[in-house]
Amino acid sequence: MKRTYINGVGCISTQKTFDTVFLEEAIVNHDQNVLAIVPPVYKDYISPAASRRMAKGVKNGIVASALAMKDANIEKVDAIITGTGLGCIEDSEKFLKSILDNNEEFLTPTSFIQSTHNTVGAQIALLQQCKGYNFTYVNGAVSFESALLDAKMQIEEDEAQSVLIGGVDENGEYTTALFKLNGRIKADNSAPYNLLNSTTSGAVYGEGASFFVLENERKETTYAEVLDIAIINTLEENEIEAEIKAFLKSNNLEISDVDALVLGFDGNVDFENYYRNLAENAFAQTPVLYYKHLSGEYDTASAFALWMASKIIKTQQIPEIIKVNSVEKPAYNTILLYNQLNGKNHSFTLISK
Amino acid sequence: MKGVAITGMGIISSIGNSVEENYISLIENKIGISRITNISTVHADVIKVGEIKKTNEELVNELNLTEDNNFSRTAMIGTLAAKQAVENAGITSINEFRTGLISATSVGGMDMTERHYYDYFTHPELVKYITCHDGGDVAEKIASALGLKGMVTTISTACSSAANSIMLGARLIKTGKLDRVIVGGADGLAKFTINGFKTLMILSDDFNKPFDNERKGLNLGEAAAFLVLESDEIVAKQNKKVLARVSGYGNANDAFHQTASSENGDGAYLAMKKAFDVSGLKPSQIDYINVHGTATPNNDLSEGRALKRIYKDEQVPDFSSTKPFTGHTLAAAAAIEAVYSVLAIQNNVVYPNLNFENQMEEFDLQPQTSLKNKNIEHVLSNSFGFGGNCSTLIFSKS
Repeated sequence: MKRTYINGVGCISTQKTFDTVFLEEAIVNHDQNVLAIVPPVYKDYISPAASRRMAKGVKNGIVASALAMKDANIEKVDAIITGTGLGCIEDSEKFLKSILDNNEEFLTPTSFIQSTHNTVGAQIALLQQCKGYNFTYVNGAVSFESALLDAKMQIEEDEAQSVLIGGVDENGEYTTALFKLNGRIKADNSAPYNLLNSTTSGAVYGEGASFFVLENERKETTYAEVLDIAIINTLEENEIEAEIKAFLKSNNLEISDVDALVLGFDGNVDFENYYRNLAENAFAQTPVLYYKHLSGEYDTASAFALWMASKIIKTQQIPEIIKVNSVEKPAYNTILLYNQLNGKNHSFTLISK
Repeated sequence: MKGVAITGMGIISSIGNSVEENYISLIENKIGISRITNISTVHADVIKVGEIKKTNEELVNELNLTEDNNFSRTAMIGTLAAKQAVENAGITSINEFRTGLISATSVGGMDMTERHYYDYFTHPELVKYITCHDGGDVAEKIASALGLKGMVTTISTACSSAANSIMLGARLIKTGKLDRVIVGGADGLAKFTINGFKTLMILSDDFNKPFDNERKGLNLGEAAAFLVLESDEIVAKQNKKVLARVSGYGNANDAFHQTASSENGDGAYLAMKKAFDVSGLKPSQIDYINVHGTATPNNDLSEGRALKRIYKDEQVPDFSSTKPFTGHTLAAAAAIEAVYSVLAIQNNVVYPNLNFENQMEEFDLQPQTSLKNKNIEHVLSNSFGFGGNCSTLIFSKS
């Protein structure tokens, strides 16, 4: 069975995560409940004519994937697999509004064409002329992990030697307003927004595109090896610890072997205990990290976490800004990531040097 | 080992609310295409659709949902089909083995989003529907209805989505990651989709005529279907009846255009070729092809060319599109056609390609136009979607 290595990464996020080393310019924004991406210079990657027709998420996906390909020093992949929670939500909004506002008349197809959830994967395939396997997963908080699991299976079974995977989501103005209405996003005018020690429900929202080149061999550019991924739909608070221990055990590891635990704290006090219990009990002697205060919460924010964990293993450094506790380890060789949303769609991702 | 075992099926479509009803409609030429009644649209007098003849209220009652439920129509038909499949497979304890659910969707709960979009801010009682929009919402509701706690995910690759969920399910079993996977897809009709296809000018104002020279486009439809896949190990352990097997699968990208297929059907050709490689079968061993056959000028030409490339100088086997019965049910299409493929194997029939009159001028492909009884060992089923997504599944007699 072939092993899976992360050989290239590319990240467009609400922080400057391109043309930087590793979060040295990161800023925690306590004033806003919806964070916007720091845009790259699109014209360096996409012709202005093509760019005008493309939604934000598609452009970010194309740039992040190009960065990952360049980072891995390859030009072709065998397969492209993406994950997205809400897909091209801006174009969905645009098309739906024109249907409703014009009573189904005077419509043009552009925004409908771009609204399809698999647009990002399809556009990247088109640009790279990649005729291989091309899947898009859309299952809330495990959309990206589904892509990662699928890619690992492709490589293990020798169906592909190289796979480009990514998680991408974009903020849509109307959807953001709806998410404030239903409490998914924290209420306006209640700053400062703090993720740890939050006393309110809802999350600080964000957007981004994080892409990875996975290959079946270790090379000079290798960040880490992907050891395992587990996706579990439903777990109770009191089941998490046992489930994580079982997951580690199936990889012949124990809690003490984990050099850092990355948790998906999103400031939602209602479901925070899934993370807090782990941080304060089973993993009290482990460096615990968080990231959604930098990336914002969105369905594929966990792809940002994998980018971060990959960087930690490669640089052997943990920026202060992402630390939950002050525990340190002499080396950061094995990192476990855990994410969930509202007590559903749990995922464990394990990577190592 | 000849592939992954299928041990249960469930379906709801415009031609029936169960596997049996769907089969009877297929062999008795009972089509489900009619005028639209459940959605109010300005196109009601122009388009024809394959609509499930149940109102949302009837579906709510059938599922015994409480007043405060937030099921989209898509989630309701998905839940009905998945429950049937699980029951058909004789599953009484869903988490007994490592069991997963892979669903497929094109637009999630868009049917509710478009209905209430501007009313959310003034009608607090509607706010519960906001989360329905999410692509994973249907799978979430099905998992919860089944009490399934394990791996749940959803694929969205437009009109090939359910083929890919079946493919992923088969791979999860083959690699030993899961013992049992419920796979399929659901898509309710939505104004969003109707208008989208309308702007692309690929909706027919008449009954769709796949592979006909004068075909004018597709009829949209709505449906949900799920199949239960199980590993040989647990099939043996439970002494289960195997309905048929998923013996081959392939996915490729046409990498040609966001919504149009390439003229020589590169993606379709590659998907079929991969499926043959996985199954170890030769094209000549296929007894029936359930083509994608949407009846758009572009699809049928591209798919036909790809078939000609696969079969070269050989005779293309009996083939038909079942979309004149059901309409194009988008993300559910490959799931309902998987059920039809299994039924073809079980009953040794080739379904008619209705409405066909004149052979296309580009090639000599003539679909089967009447019901044909013959031994069926292997069925190939194609599904292609926007974004160049092309998928092929092969089903075989167990």
